[in-house]
Amino acid sequence: MNPPDDTEIELRLLMEAIYLKYNHDFRDYTGASQKRRVLYALDQLGLPTISALQEKVLREPSLFAQLLQFLTIPVSEMFRDPPYFLALRRHVVPVLHTYPSIKVWVAGCSTGEEVYSLAILLREEGLLERSLIYATDINPASLEKARQGIFGLESVRNYTVNYQRAGGQRAFSDYYTAAYDAARFDPSLCANVIFADHSLATDSVFAETHLVSCRNVLIYFNRQLQDRALGLFHESLCHRGFLGLGSKESIDFSAYAGRFDPLARAERLYRKGA
Amino acid sequence: MTVPAIEAAVIGASAGGVDALLALLAGLPASWRLPVVAVVHLPEAHKSRLAEVFSARLPIPVRDAEDKAPVEPATLYFASPGYHLSIERDRHFSLSCEPPLHWSRPAIDILMASAADAYGPALAGLLLTGANEDGGAGMARIHRAGGLTAVQDPSEALVSTMPMAAIKSHSPTHILPLRELRELLLQLDAANAP
Repeated sequence: MNPPDDTEIELRLLMEAIYLKYNHDFRDYTGASQKRRVLYALDQLGLPTISALQEKVLREPSLFAQLLQFLTIPVSEMFRDPPYFLALRRHVVPVLHTYPSIKVWVAGCSTGEEVYSLAILLREEGLLERSLIYATDINPASLEKARQGIFGLESVRNYTVNYQRAGGQRAFSDYYTAAYDAARFDPSLCANVIFADHSLATDSVFAETHLVSCRNVLIYFNRQLQDRALGLFHESLCHRGFLGLGSKESIDFSAYAGRFDPLARAERLYRKGA
Repeated sequence: MTVPAIEAAVIGASAGGVDALLALLAGLPASWRLPVVAVVHLPEAHKSRLAEVFSARLPIPVRDAEDKAPVEPATLYFASPGYHLSIERDRHFSLSCEPPLHWSRPAIDILMASAADAYGPALAGLLLTGANEDGGAGMARIHRAGGLTAVQDPSEALVSTMPMAAIKSHSPTHILPLRELRELLLQLDAANAP
């Protein structure tokens, strides 16, 4: 392996410092994207080196809150990868109908786009009333944005196309009210959503669930942390529960490869092994 | 000419890039050993057929690069639309949904900068035809890490903006037409043989 350069060394020390001081564990995030984000943060915060950033982070908790916004990636969209939602309707919804109450975990929900997408899908399938959705993330600012359910109108136009391709049954505009440049989603969609701070790196399982949707989160973890997260999902899921990942994520390279059965391989839907 | 010891090649291309890549890579010898990783700008909403197209014309495996998959020798990889592609220092792939760079996701700069960190001087970077400046910074990063950079001759490129970006960002090791870039790749690969 190419020996670590100064930046790599500084990055490792920064993540260690953040963990010791704030108990946010970024030590097992993949290196390349983490390096890009920290260098971008340096540029935005007007600091010369990662070591200088580390010194400030240790002494100023408010700076850590700022840095957290750079370290997590709040890029998401509603009904991203429409075939995933079609596959949920086809393979998962019929099984969910057999349960008197349903628990869904959206792990790493960021600013909530996926949560609203799933809530809309469950409502259209007549399941939302008896569902409880846990929407968890490590970034309190993202969780607050998710709670508000307000998204840019221009993005929502793109989401409308996704929604239709994802098997949407109504006019997408039925679900939000538009004002100025924003769309506010129907708060009743979130009546049974619990938004909560939870870390896949440091926290443990909090409930038994029937479906875990965790998309484009594991790509930021190294294999060790991926295994930890998949372990939490495996433990949380009920007998034959469902797991959905991002369209380019795979459990093939993880320790859990044999413990989930592929249900819809291309859409990255899995079922907990019997 | 002394041929440097290269362990991987990364290639970026945009407008006109598929034809240029075919001219560069189609019919490589079956003895080919280096891993080759390519970013070609494509619309995000479409599923990439690049692996299919190139698979029919190459004697080595051609794959979409998957998250956490190791970078294998004698394989051509393509970055999938909608995700940035990086190579980690332990030489496996990682994907990310960071915002587009140069309106592109995948971005050539991101692949090249991460590969420069992973391979240092043992990397060759190639930048071909394209209508934006993605790759210019990435090629300079490869150069700074001691790697070899080769740019398609802008006068031959369908669109010269991308090769020109590399020529502006640093002094490339080579500026060559596709036919000679191909010769260069063959030499680099032969030098890498055990």
